[in-house]
Amino acid sequence: MTLAEGVQLVSTIILSVMMIGAAIGVVLLSNIVYSAFLLGGVFISMAGLYLLLNADFVATAQVLIYVGAVNVLILFAIMLVNKRQDFAPMPKAWVRRGATAMVCAGLFALLSTMVLATPWSFSTTVPSSAGAIKAIGRHFFTDFLLPFELASVLLLMALVGAVILARREFIPESAVTDLQATPLTLPERPRELVPVGGTPSQEESK
Amino acid sequence: MNSGIDLQGTFIESLMDLGLPLGAAKAIWMPLPMLLMIIGATVGVLVTVWLERKISAAAQQRIGPEFIGPLGVLAPVADGLKLIFKEDVIPAKSDPWLFTLGPVIVVIPVFLSYLIVPFGQNLIVSNVGMGVFLWIALSSVTPIGLLMSGYASNNKYSLLGGLRAAAQSISYEIPLALAVLAIAMMSNSLSTVDIVDQQSGYGILGWNIWRQPIGFLIFWIAALAECERLPFDLPEAEEELVAGYQTEYSGMKFALFYLGSYINLVLSALLVAILYLGGWEFPIPLDAIAGWLNVSPTNPVFQVVTASLGITMTLLKAYFLVFTAILLRWTVPRVRIDQLLDLGWKFLLPISLVNLLLTAALKISFPAFFGG
Repeated sequence: MTLAEGVQLVSTIILSVMMIGAAIGVVLLSNIVYSAFLLGGVFISMAGLYLLLNADFVATAQVLIYVGAVNVLILFAIMLVNKRQDFAPMPKAWVRRGATAMVCAGLFALLSTMVLATPWSFSTTVPSSAGAIKAIGRHFFTDFLLPFELASVLLLMALVGAVILARREFIPESAVTDLQATPLTLPERPRELVPVGGTPSQEESK
Repeated sequence: MNSGIDLQGTFIESLMDLGLPLGAAKAIWMPLPMLLMIIGATVGVLVTVWLERKISAAAQQRIGPEFIGPLGVLAPVADGLKLIFKEDVIPAKSDPWLFTLGPVIVVIPVFLSYLIVPFGQNLIVSNVGMGVFLWIALSSVTPIGLLMSGYASNNKYSLLGGLRAAAQSISYEIPLALAVLAIAMMSNSLSTVDIVDQQSGYGILGWNIWRQPIGFLIFWIAALAECERLPFDLPEAEEELVAGYQTEYSGMKFALFYLGSYINLVLSALLVAILYLGGWEFPIPLDAIAGWLNVSPTNPVFQVVTASLGITMTLLKAYFLVFTAILLRWTVPRVRIDQLLDLGWKFLLPISLVNLLLTAALKISFPAFFGG
Protein backbone atom coordinates (compact mmCIF):
# COMPACT_ATOMS: atom_id res chain seq x y z
CA MET A 1 0.00 0.00 0.00
CA THR A 2 1.47 3.31 -1.03
CA LEU A 3 1.23 6.54 0.91
CA ALA A 4 -1.57 7.86 -1.31
CA GLU A 5 -3.69 4.75 -0.84
CA GLY A 6 -3.19 4.88 2.93
CA VAL A 7 -4.25 8.53 3.03
CA GLN A 8 -7.28 7.68 0.94
CA LEU A 9 -8.30 4.80 3.20
CA VAL A 10 -7.89 6.86 6.37
CA SER A 11 -9.83 9.77 4.85
CA THR A 12 -12.64 7.44 3.80
CA ILE A 13 -12.93 6.08 7.32
CA ILE A 14 -12.80 9.54 8.91
CA LEU A 15 -15.37 10.94 6.49
CA SER A 16 -17.72 7.99 6.93
CA VAL A 17 -17.55 8.21 10.71
CA MET A 18 -18.12 11.98 10.49
CA MET A 19 -21.08 11.52 8.20
CA ILE A 20 -22.79 8.80 10.21
CA GLY A 21 -22.11 10.56 13.49
CA ALA A 22 -23.48 13.86 12.21
CA ALA A 23 -26.51 12.14 10.69
CA ILE A 24 -27.31 10.41 13.98
CA GLY A 25 -26.91 13.77 15.70
CA VAL A 26 -29.37 15.38 13.25
CA VAL A 27 -31.98 12.81 14.16
CA LEU A 28 -31.39 12.43 17.89
CA LEU A 29 -30.64 15.94 19.15
CA SER A 30 -33.69 17.73 20.49
CA ASN A 31 -32.40 21.24 19.71
CA ILE A 32 -33.43 21.91 16.12
CA VAL A 33 -30.63 24.45 15.57
CA TYR A 34 -27.97 21.85 16.40
CA SER A 35 -29.66 19.45 14.02
CA ALA A 36 -29.56 22.03 11.24
CA PHE A 37 -25.86 22.74 11.80
CA LEU A 38 -25.05 19.03 11.91
CA LEU A 39 -26.91 18.61 8.63
CA GLY A 40 -24.28 20.93 7.17
CA GLY A 41 -21.66 18.55 8.56
CA VAL A 42 -23.36 15.61 6.82
CA PHE A 43 -23.35 17.47 3.50
CA ILE A 44 -19.69 18.46 3.88
CA SER A 45 -18.63 14.89 4.66
CA MET A 46 -20.57 13.70 1.64
CA ALA A 47 -18.73 16.24 -0.51
CA GLY A 48 -15.48 14.86 0.90
CA LEU A 49 -16.47 11.33 -0.12
CA TYR A 50 -17.29 12.53 -3.64
CA LEU A 51 -13.88 14.17 -3.74
CA LEU A 52 -12.23 10.89 -2.80
CA LEU A 53 -14.08 9.24 -5.69
CA ASN A 54 -12.51 11.75 -8.12
CA ALA A 55 -15.85 13.45 -8.70
CA ASP A 56 -14.69 16.98 -7.95
CA PHE A 57 -17.47 18.75 -9.83
CA VAL A 58 -20.13 16.86 -7.90
CA ALA A 59 -18.27 17.55 -4.66
CA THR A 60 -18.07 21.28 -5.35
CA ALA A 61 -21.70 21.41 -6.45
CA GLN A 62 -22.64 19.55 -3.28
CA VAL A 63 -20.94 22.20 -1.15
CA LEU A 64 -22.40 25.07 -3.16
CA ILE A 65 -25.98 23.82 -3.34
CA TYR A 66 -26.52 21.79 -0.21
CA VAL A 67 -24.28 23.58 2.27
CA GLY A 68 -24.31 27.07 0.77
CA ALA A 69 -27.94 27.26 -0.25
CA VAL A 70 -30.17 24.55 1.21
CA ASN A 71 -28.62 24.42 4.66
CA VAL A 72 -28.33 28.19 4.93
CA LEU A 73 -32.01 28.52 3.99
CA ILE A 74 -33.01 25.93 6.58
CA LEU A 75 -31.01 27.78 9.23
CA PHE A 76 -32.41 31.07 8.05
CA ALA A 77 -35.96 29.82 8.42
CA ILE A 78 -35.28 28.35 11.87
CA MET A 79 -33.64 31.52 13.12
CA LEU A 80 -36.15 33.89 11.59
CA VAL A 81 -38.89 32.10 13.47
CA ASN A 82 -36.59 31.71 16.51
CA LYS A 83 -39.14 29.79 18.48
CA ARG A 84 -37.48 28.02 21.39
CA GLN A 85 -39.96 25.43 22.40
CA ASP A 86 -39.34 22.16 24.14
CA PHE A 87 -41.22 19.15 23.03
CA ALA A 88 -44.17 18.52 25.32
CA PRO A 89 -44.19 14.91 26.53
CA MET A 90 -46.88 13.08 24.65
CA PRO A 91 -48.98 10.21 25.99
CA LYS A 92 -48.22 6.92 24.27
CA ALA A 93 -45.10 8.31 22.60
CA TRP A 94 -43.67 4.79 22.43
CA VAL A 95 -46.25 3.83 19.77
CA ARG A 96 -44.98 6.54 17.44
CA ARG A 97 -41.35 5.74 18.24
CA GLY A 98 -41.92 2.05 17.67
CA ALA A 99 -43.64 2.68 14.34
CA THR A 100 -40.84 5.01 13.25
CA ALA A 101 -38.20 2.46 14.24
CA MET A 102 -40.00 -0.26 12.30
CA VAL A 103 -40.34 1.88 9.17
CA CYS A 104 -36.67 2.89 9.37
CA ALA A 105 -35.49 -0.68 9.93
CA GLY A 106 -37.61 -1.89 7.02
CA LEU A 107 -36.25 0.81 4.75
CA PHE A 108 -32.70 -0.03 5.82
CA ALA A 109 -33.23 -3.75 5.20
CA LEU A 110 -34.79 -3.03 1.79
CA LEU A 111 -31.94 -0.80 0.69
CA SER A 112 -29.28 -3.20 2.00
CA THR A 113 -30.80 -6.13 0.10
CA MET A 114 -30.99 -3.93 -2.99
CA VAL A 115 -27.32 -2.99 -2.66
CA LEU A 116 -26.26 -6.60 -2.05
CA ALA A 117 -28.52 -8.21 -4.66
CA THR A 118 -27.86 -5.89 -7.57
CA PRO A 119 -25.14 -7.21 -9.90
CA TRP A 120 -23.11 -3.98 -10.07
CA SER A 121 -20.93 -3.66 -13.14
CA PHE A 122 -17.62 -2.39 -11.81
CA SER A 123 -15.47 -0.44 -14.21
CA THR A 124 -11.77 -1.18 -14.03
CA THR A 125 -10.64 2.15 -15.50
CA VAL A 126 -9.41 4.75 -13.05
CA PRO A 127 -12.08 7.46 -12.86
CA SER A 128 -10.81 10.80 -14.03
CA SER A 129 -12.33 14.18 -13.34
CA ALA A 130 -11.00 15.69 -16.58
CA GLY A 131 -13.86 16.47 -18.93
CA ALA A 132 -16.43 15.55 -16.30
CA ILE A 133 -18.21 18.89 -16.59
CA LYS A 134 -18.59 18.49 -20.36
CA ALA A 135 -19.93 14.95 -19.96
CA ILE A 136 -22.42 16.06 -17.30
CA GLY A 137 -23.55 18.98 -19.45
CA ARG A 138 -24.02 16.73 -22.49
CA HIS A 139 -26.12 14.31 -20.45
CA PHE A 140 -28.24 17.16 -19.12
CA PHE A 141 -29.13 18.28 -22.63
CA THR A 142 -29.57 14.89 -24.27
CA ASP A 143 -30.72 11.78 -22.43
CA PHE A 144 -31.44 13.41 -19.05
CA LEU A 145 -33.19 16.43 -20.54
CA LEU A 146 -36.63 15.60 -19.14
CA PRO A 147 -35.64 15.16 -15.47
CA PHE A 148 -33.42 18.22 -15.71
CA GLU A 149 -36.20 20.39 -17.10
CA LEU A 150 -38.75 18.97 -14.67
CA ALA A 151 -36.46 19.87 -11.80
CA SER A 152 -36.15 23.41 -13.09
CA VAL A 153 -39.95 23.70 -13.46
CA LEU A 154 -40.28 22.51 -9.87
CA LEU A 155 -37.81 25.17 -8.73
CA LEU A 156 -39.69 27.80 -10.72
CA MET A 157 -42.90 26.81 -8.99
CA ALA A 158 -41.21 27.13 -5.61
CA LEU A 159 -39.90 30.54 -6.65
CA VAL A 160 -43.33 31.81 -7.69
CA GLY A 161 -44.80 30.47 -4.46
CA ALA A 162 -42.14 32.23 -2.41
CA VAL A 163 -42.75 35.52 -4.22
CA ILE A 164 -46.51 35.27 -3.63
CA LEU A 165 -45.99 34.50 0.05
CA ALA A 166 -43.48 37.31 0.46
CA ARG A 167 -45.66 39.92 -1.28
CA ARG A 168 -48.44 39.28 1.22
CA GLU A 169 -51.34 39.94 -1.07
CA PHE A 170 -53.79 39.17 1.69
CA ILE A 171 -53.32 41.99 4.16
CA PRO A 172 -56.65 42.73 5.81
CA GLU A 173 -58.25 46.05 4.83
CA SER A 174 -58.27 47.40 8.38
CA ALA A 175 -54.56 46.84 8.87
CA VAL A 176 -53.82 48.84 5.74
CA THR A 177 -55.89 51.83 6.82
CA ASP A 178 -54.28 51.69 10.27
CA LEU A 179 -50.86 51.86 8.75
CA GLN A 180 -51.73 54.78 6.53
CA ALA A 181 -53.46 56.70 9.29
CA THR A 182 -50.41 56.78 11.56
CA PRO A 183 -49.82 60.49 12.10
CA LEU A 184 -46.13 60.57 12.96
CA THR A 185 -44.21 58.74 10.30
CA LEU A 186 -40.64 59.17 9.33
CA PRO A 187 -40.12 60.41 5.79
CA GLU A 188 -39.44 56.99 4.32
CA ARG A 189 -39.99 55.62 0.90
CA PRO A 190 -43.69 54.77 0.75
CA ARG A 191 -44.27 51.03 0.94
CA GLU A 192 -46.67 49.56 -1.51
CA LEU A 193 -49.29 47.60 0.37
CA VAL A 194 -51.74 45.70 -1.76
CA PRO A 195 -55.15 45.32 -0.12
CA VAL A 196 -57.43 42.34 -0.70
CA GLY A 197 -59.22 42.53 -4.01
CA GLY A 198 -57.90 46.00 -4.75
CA THR A 199 -55.85 46.95 -7.76
CA PRO A 200 -52.20 47.77 -7.14
CA SER A 201 -51.63 51.47 -6.82
CA GLN A 202 -50.66 53.17 -10.05
CA GLU A 203 -47.48 54.91 -8.98
CA GLU A 204 -44.52 52.61 -8.73
CA SER A 205 -42.64 52.70 -5.49
CA LYS A 206 -39.56 53.98 -7.25
CA MET B 1 3.77 27.46 -23.92
CA ASN B 2 6.61 28.68 -21.78
CA SER B 3 5.92 27.15 -18.39
CA GLY B 4 8.36 29.28 -16.39
CA ILE B 5 9.75 28.18 -13.08
CA ASP B 6 8.58 24.82 -11.78
CA LEU B 7 9.56 24.88 -8.10
CA GLN B 8 7.62 21.75 -7.27
CA GLY B 9 9.27 19.64 -9.97
CA THR B 10 12.76 20.82 -9.04
CA PHE B 11 12.18 20.31 -5.31
CA ILE B 12 10.82 16.79 -5.75
CA GLU B 13 13.62 15.86 -8.14
CA SER B 14 16.30 17.06 -5.75
CA LEU B 15 14.69 15.12 -2.88
CA MET B 16 14.54 12.00 -5.03
CA ASP B 17 18.22 12.41 -5.81
CA LEU B 18 18.77 12.15 -2.05
CA GLY B 19 17.17 8.71 -2.17
CA LEU B 20 13.61 9.46 -1.05
CA PRO B 21 10.69 7.74 -2.79
CA LEU B 22 8.38 9.86 -4.98
CA GLY B 23 5.44 9.74 -2.57
CA ALA B 24 7.50 10.89 0.40
CA ALA B 25 9.08 13.70 -1.63
CA LYS B 26 5.64 14.93 -2.67
CA ALA B 27 4.37 14.67 0.91
CA ILE B 28 7.32 16.79 2.09
CA TRP B 29 6.64 19.37 -0.62
CA MET B 30 2.90 19.67 -0.02
CA PRO B 31 2.81 21.67 3.24
CA LEU B 32 5.40 24.20 2.02
CA PRO B 33 3.26 26.20 -0.45
CA MET B 34 0.29 26.00 1.89
CA LEU B 35 2.27 27.43 4.76
CA LEU B 36 3.72 30.09 2.50
CA MET B 37 0.25 31.04 1.30
CA ILE B 38 -1.15 31.31 4.84
CA ILE B 39 1.77 33.49 5.91
CA GLY B 40 1.43 35.54 2.73
CA ALA B 41 -2.30 36.02 3.29
CA THR B 42 -1.74 37.11 6.90
CA VAL B 43 0.97 39.58 5.90
CA GLY B 44 -1.40 40.81 3.17
CA VAL B 45 -3.97 41.50 5.86
CA LEU B 46 -1.47 43.49 7.91
CA VAL B 47 -0.64 45.57 4.84
CA THR B 48 -4.32 46.10 4.11
CA VAL B 49 -5.09 47.19 7.67
CA TRP B 50 -2.23 49.67 7.51
CA LEU B 51 -3.49 50.95 4.15
CA GLU B 52 -6.97 51.25 5.58
CA ARG B 53 -5.71 53.40 8.43
CA LYS B 54 -3.51 55.57 6.25
CA ILE B 55 -6.03 56.05 3.42
CA SER B 56 -8.90 56.75 5.80
CA ALA B 57 -6.68 59.31 7.47
CA ALA B 58 -5.90 60.91 4.13
CA ALA B 59 -9.58 60.91 3.16
CA GLN B 60 -10.43 62.69 6.41
CA GLN B 61 -7.39 65.02 6.30
CA ARG B 62 -5.73 63.41 9.31
CA ILE B 63 -2.23 61.98 9.58
CA GLY B 64 -3.10 58.50 10.77
CA PRO B 65 -0.72 56.16 12.59
CA GLU B 66 2.71 57.73 12.66
CA PHE B 67 4.86 56.74 15.61
CA ILE B 68 4.46 52.94 15.61
CA GLY B 69 7.30 52.07 13.28
CA PRO B 70 8.20 54.13 10.20
CA LEU B 71 4.99 55.72 8.85
CA GLY B 72 3.08 53.65 11.37
CA VAL B 73 3.57 50.35 9.54
CA LEU B 74 3.61 48.46 12.84
CA ALA B 75 0.15 49.70 13.85
CA PRO B 76 -1.62 46.57 12.55
CA VAL B 77 0.92 44.39 14.38
CA ALA B 78 0.12 46.29 17.58
CA ASP B 79 -3.58 45.70 16.87
CA GLY B 80 -2.99 41.99 16.47
CA LEU B 81 -0.92 41.76 19.65
CA LYS B 82 -3.59 43.62 21.58
CA LEU B 83 -6.25 41.20 20.34
CA ILE B 84 -4.12 38.18 21.26
CA PHE B 85 -3.64 39.35 24.84
CA LYS B 86 -7.24 40.43 25.41
CA GLU B 87 -9.44 38.29 27.61
CA ASP B 88 -11.56 35.86 25.68
CA VAL B 89 -15.05 36.43 27.05
CA ILE B 90 -17.82 33.91 26.44
CA PRO B 91 -21.15 35.40 27.54
CA ALA B 92 -22.87 33.43 30.27
CA LYS B 93 -26.15 32.88 28.44
CA SER B 94 -24.53 32.02 25.13
CA ASP B 95 -24.04 28.65 23.56
CA PRO B 96 -20.31 28.05 24.16
CA TRP B 97 -19.82 25.41 21.46
CA LEU B 98 -21.45 27.25 18.61
CA PHE B 99 -19.98 30.53 19.88
CA THR B 100 -16.47 29.11 19.48
CA LEU B 101 -17.13 27.26 16.26
CA GLY B 102 -18.70 30.23 14.44
CA PRO B 103 -15.56 32.34 13.81
CA VAL B 104 -13.63 29.20 12.83
CA ILE B 105 -16.17 28.30 10.14
CA VAL B 106 -16.01 31.88 8.87
CA VAL B 107 -12.23 31.89 8.51
CA ILE B 108 -11.42 28.40 7.20
CA PRO B 109 -13.16 28.65 3.79
CA VAL B 110 -11.51 31.99 3.13
CA PHE B 111 -8.03 30.59 3.79
CA LEU B 112 -8.88 27.48 1.78
CA SER B 113 -9.82 29.64 -1.21
CA TYR B 114 -6.20 30.80 -1.49
CA LEU B 115 -5.61 27.33 -2.95
CA ILE B 116 -6.63 28.57 -6.38
CA VAL B 117 -4.85 31.94 -6.51
CA PRO B 118 -2.06 31.75 -9.08
CA PHE B 119 0.96 34.06 -9.11
CA GLY B 120 2.52 32.48 -12.18
CA GLN B 121 2.21 29.52 -14.50
CA ASN B 122 3.35 27.13 -11.77
CA LEU B 123 3.23 29.46 -8.79
CA ILE B 124 -0.04 28.17 -7.41
CA VAL B 125 -0.81 25.90 -4.47
CA SER B 126 -2.94 23.58 -6.56
CA ASN B 127 -4.21 24.01 -10.11
CA VAL B 128 -7.60 22.50 -9.34
CA GLY B 129 -9.78 21.87 -12.36
CA MET B 130 -12.75 23.44 -10.60
CA GLY B 131 -10.81 26.66 -9.94
CA VAL B 132 -13.15 29.62 -9.51
CA PHE B 133 -16.14 27.34 -8.98
CA LEU B 134 -14.40 25.99 -5.90
CA TRP B 135 -14.00 29.55 -4.65
CA ILE B 136 -17.72 30.27 -5.16
CA ALA B 137 -18.66 27.06 -3.37
CA LEU B 138 -16.32 27.77 -0.47
CA SER B 139 -17.46 31.35 -0.08
CA SER B 140 -21.03 30.06 0.24
CA VAL B 141 -20.05 28.21 3.43
CA THR B 142 -19.17 31.44 5.27
CA PRO B 143 -22.78 32.52 6.02
CA ILE B 144 -23.25 29.33 8.07
CA GLY B 145 -20.51 30.51 10.40
CA LEU B 146 -22.07 33.96 10.57
CA LEU B 147 -25.50 32.53 11.36
CA MET B 148 -23.89 30.27 13.94
CA SER B 149 -22.14 33.08 15.77
CA GLY B 150 -25.19 35.33 15.49
CA TYR B 151 -27.39 32.66 17.02
CA ALA B 152 -24.94 31.48 19.67
CA SER B 153 -24.36 35.00 21.04
CA ASN B 154 -27.94 35.03 22.34
CA ASN B 155 -28.27 38.71 21.55
CA LYS B 156 -30.88 40.19 19.27
CA TYR B 157 -28.43 42.46 17.49
CA SER B 158 -26.12 39.53 16.83
CA LEU B 159 -28.96 37.40 15.51
CA LEU B 160 -30.17 40.20 13.23
CA GLY B 161 -26.63 40.78 12.03
CA GLY B 162 -26.15 37.10 11.28
CA LEU B 163 -29.44 36.91 9.41
CA ARG B 164 -28.58 40.01 7.40
CA ALA B 165 -25.17 38.60 6.56
CA ALA B 166 -26.69 35.36 5.31
CA ALA B 167 -29.36 37.15 3.27
CA GLN B 168 -26.78 39.48 1.77
CA SER B 169 -24.33 36.79 0.87
CA ILE B 170 -27.00 34.54 -0.70
CA SER B 171 -28.30 37.46 -2.77
CA TYR B 172 -24.95 38.59 -4.10
CA GLU B 173 -23.60 35.12 -4.74
CA ILE B 174 -25.85 34.72 -7.78
CA PRO B 175 -24.67 37.79 -9.75
CA LEU B 176 -21.12 36.88 -8.72
CA ALA B 177 -21.47 33.34 -10.05
CA LEU B 178 -23.10 34.56 -13.27
CA ALA B 179 -20.27 37.04 -13.86
CA VAL B 180 -17.75 34.24 -13.32
CA LEU B 181 -19.76 32.01 -15.65
CA ALA B 182 -19.35 34.52 -18.48
CA ILE B 183 -15.58 34.43 -17.94
CA ALA B 184 -15.59 30.63 -17.80
CA MET B 185 -17.51 30.56 -21.05
CA MET B 186 -14.89 32.74 -22.74
CA SER B 187 -11.98 30.75 -21.32
CA ASN B 188 -13.51 27.30 -21.86
CA SER B 189 -12.23 26.41 -18.41
CA LEU B 190 -12.79 27.08 -14.74
CA SER B 191 -9.12 26.78 -13.82
CA THR B 192 -7.59 30.11 -12.84
CA VAL B 193 -4.38 29.32 -14.70
CA ASP B 194 -6.29 28.68 -17.93
CA ILE B 195 -8.28 31.88 -17.45
CA VAL B 196 -5.08 33.93 -17.19
CA ASP B 197 -3.51 32.07 -20.13
CA GLN B 198 -6.49 32.95 -22.26
CA GLN B 199 -5.86 36.65 -21.55
CA SER B 200 -2.15 36.48 -22.35
CA GLY B 201 -0.41 37.24 -25.59
CA TYR B 202 -1.58 40.79 -26.33
CA GLY B 203 -0.49 42.51 -23.14
CA ILE B 204 -2.95 44.97 -21.66
CA LEU B 205 -5.22 44.75 -24.73
CA GLY B 206 -5.96 41.10 -24.14
CA TRP B 207 -7.25 41.47 -20.61
CA ASN B 208 -10.80 40.42 -19.94
CA ILE B 209 -11.84 43.83 -18.65
CA TRP B 210 -12.18 45.11 -22.25
CA ARG B 211 -14.32 42.14 -23.24
CA GLN B 212 -16.30 41.95 -20.00
CA PRO B 213 -16.70 45.54 -18.74
CA ILE B 214 -20.19 44.87 -17.37
CA GLY B 215 -19.08 41.60 -15.84
CA PHE B 216 -16.15 43.38 -14.18
CA LEU B 217 -18.42 45.93 -12.50
CA ILE B 218 -20.93 43.28 -11.43
CA PHE B 219 -18.18 41.11 -10.04
CA TRP B 220 -16.55 43.92 -8.09
CA ILE B 221 -19.84 45.18 -6.63
CA ALA B 222 -20.91 41.67 -5.69
CA ALA B 223 -17.47 40.88 -4.27
CA LEU B 224 -17.60 44.00 -2.09
CA ALA B 225 -21.02 42.93 -0.88
CA GLU B 226 -19.73 39.43 -0.12
CA CYS B 227 -16.87 40.95 1.88
CA GLU B 228 -19.31 43.20 3.74
CA ARG B 229 -17.33 46.29 2.88
CA LEU B 230 -18.78 49.65 3.58
CA PRO B 231 -21.39 50.54 1.04
CA PHE B 232 -22.76 47.12 1.92
CA ASP B 233 -21.65 46.54 5.52
CA LEU B 234 -25.24 46.09 6.73
CA PRO B 235 -24.51 43.06 8.94
CA GLU B 236 -22.37 45.16 11.23
CA ALA B 237 -24.00 48.56 10.75
CA GLU B 238 -23.00 50.15 14.03
CA GLU B 239 -25.81 52.70 14.19
CA GLU B 240 -28.45 50.02 13.92
CA LEU B 241 -26.97 46.77 15.20
CA VAL B 242 -24.10 47.78 17.54
CA ALA B 243 -21.68 45.51 15.65
CA GLY B 244 -23.94 42.84 14.22
CA TYR B 245 -22.80 39.28 14.75
CA GLN B 246 -19.49 40.52 16.23
CA THR B 247 -21.16 42.28 19.16
CA GLU B 248 -20.42 39.68 21.83
CA TYR B 249 -16.98 38.69 20.57
CA SER B 250 -13.66 39.79 21.97
CA GLY B 251 -10.06 38.72 21.93
CA MET B 252 -8.92 36.10 19.44
CA LYS B 253 -12.43 35.18 18.30
CA PHE B 254 -13.08 38.76 17.26
CA ALA B 255 -9.64 38.76 15.67
CA LEU B 256 -10.68 35.78 13.54
CA PHE B 257 -13.67 37.73 12.18
CA TYR B 258 -11.46 40.75 11.59
CA LEU B 259 -8.80 38.65 9.86
CA GLY B 260 -11.41 36.80 7.85
CA SER B 261 -13.00 39.95 6.49
CA TYR B 262 -9.69 41.46 5.41
CA ILE B 263 -8.40 38.20 3.93
CA ASN B 264 -11.64 37.96 2.02
CA LEU B 265 -11.15 41.48 0.71
CA VAL B 266 -7.61 40.71 -0.48
CA LEU B 267 -8.81 37.43 -1.97
CA SER B 268 -11.59 39.15 -3.89
CA ALA B 269 -9.16 41.74 -5.17
CA LEU B 270 -6.75 38.99 -6.25
CA LEU B 271 -9.55 37.19 -8.06
CA VAL B 272 -10.66 40.35 -9.86
CA ALA B 273 -7.04 40.79 -10.91
CA ILE B 274 -6.93 37.20 -12.16
CA LEU B 275 -10.30 37.10 -13.87
CA TYR B 276 -10.37 40.58 -15.41
CA LEU B 277 -6.95 42.22 -15.24
CA GLY B 278 -4.74 39.52 -16.70
CA GLY B 279 -3.43 37.97 -13.48
CA TRP B 280 0.35 37.84 -13.52
CA GLU B 281 0.64 39.26 -17.06
CA PHE B 282 2.70 42.40 -17.61
CA PRO B 283 0.92 45.19 -19.59
CA ILE B 284 3.40 44.54 -22.43
CA PRO B 285 3.81 40.84 -23.29
CA LEU B 286 7.08 39.67 -21.74
CA ASP B 287 7.83 37.26 -24.57
CA ALA B 288 7.86 40.24 -26.97
CA ILE B 289 10.27 42.09 -24.67
CA ALA B 290 12.47 39.00 -24.59
CA GLY B 291 12.39 39.00 -28.38
CA TRP B 292 13.48 42.66 -28.56
CA LEU B 293 16.30 42.04 -26.09
CA ASN B 294 17.32 38.83 -27.87
CA VAL B 295 16.93 36.79 -24.67
CA SER B 296 15.79 33.22 -24.94
CA PRO B 297 12.56 32.56 -22.96
CA THR B 298 14.27 29.55 -21.36
CA ASN B 299 17.10 31.68 -19.97
CA PRO B 300 17.14 31.09 -16.16
CA VAL B 301 17.71 34.75 -15.29
CA PHE B 302 14.82 35.75 -17.55
CA GLN B 303 12.62 33.13 -15.90
CA VAL B 304 13.41 34.38 -12.41
CA VAL B 305 12.70 37.95 -13.54
CA THR B 306 9.42 36.83 -15.15
CA ALA B 307 8.31 34.99 -12.04
CA SER B 308 9.06 37.86 -9.68
CA LEU B 309 7.48 40.31 -12.10
CA GLY B 310 4.41 38.06 -12.20
CA ILE B 311 4.06 38.05 -8.42
CA THR B 312 4.60 41.81 -8.34
CA MET B 313 2.03 42.43 -11.08
CA THR B 314 -0.62 40.25 -9.39
CA LEU B 315 -0.08 42.00 -6.07
CA LEU B 316 0.01 45.47 -7.66
CA LYS B 317 -3.29 44.89 -9.44
CA ALA B 318 -4.88 43.38 -6.35
CA TYR B 319 -3.71 46.21 -4.10
CA PHE B 320 -4.93 48.80 -6.57
CA LEU B 321 -8.37 47.22 -6.20
CA VAL B 322 -7.96 47.11 -2.41
CA PHE B 323 -7.14 50.82 -2.59
CA THR B 324 -10.37 51.55 -4.49
CA ALA B 325 -12.32 49.45 -1.96
CA ILE B 326 -10.83 51.41 0.96
CA LEU B 327 -11.47 54.72 -0.79
CA LEU B 328 -15.07 53.63 -1.39
CA ARG B 329 -15.44 52.71 2.25
CA TRP B 330 -14.43 56.16 3.45
CA THR B 331 -16.35 58.18 0.86
CA VAL B 332 -19.63 56.34 0.25
CA PRO B 333 -22.49 56.18 2.74
CA ARG B 334 -24.09 52.91 3.73
CA VAL B 335 -27.13 51.67 1.82
CA ARG B 336 -30.29 50.51 3.55
CA ILE B 337 -31.08 46.81 3.73
CA ASP B 338 -34.01 47.08 1.29
CA GLN B 339 -31.87 49.09 -1.12
CA LEU B 340 -29.17 46.47 -0.82
CA LEU B 341 -31.50 43.60 -1.64
CA ASP B 342 -33.17 45.62 -4.42
CA LEU B 343 -29.76 46.28 -5.96
CA GLY B 344 -28.88 42.60 -5.78
CA TRP B 345 -32.06 41.03 -7.03
CA LYS B 346 -33.64 43.68 -9.25
CA PHE B 347 -30.58 45.24 -10.83
CA LEU B 348 -27.45 43.09 -10.67
CA LEU B 349 -29.19 39.76 -11.34
CA PRO B 350 -30.96 40.83 -14.58
CA ILE B 351 -27.87 42.72 -15.75
CA SER B 352 -25.64 39.72 -15.14
CA LEU B 353 -28.07 37.47 -17.03
CA VAL B 354 -28.01 39.91 -19.95
CA ASN B 355 -24.22 39.96 -19.73
CA LEU B 356 -24.15 36.18 -19.89
CA LEU B 357 -26.44 36.09 -22.94
CA LEU B 358 -24.43 38.83 -24.62
CA THR B 359 -21.21 36.93 -24.00
CA ALA B 360 -22.71 33.75 -25.43
CA ALA B 361 -23.93 35.61 -28.51
CA LEU B 362 -20.58 37.32 -29.03
CA LYS B 363 -18.76 34.04 -28.53
CA ILE B 364 -20.79 32.46 -31.33
CA SER B 365 -20.46 35.51 -33.62
CA PHE B 366 -16.79 36.38 -33.05
CA PRO B 367 -15.11 33.20 -31.85
CA ALA B 368 -11.68 34.72 -32.49
CA PHE B 369 -12.14 37.50 -29.92
CA PHE B 370 -14.32 35.78 -27.38
CA GLY B 371 -12.59 32.43 -27.05
CA GLY B 372 -14.27 30.11 -29.57
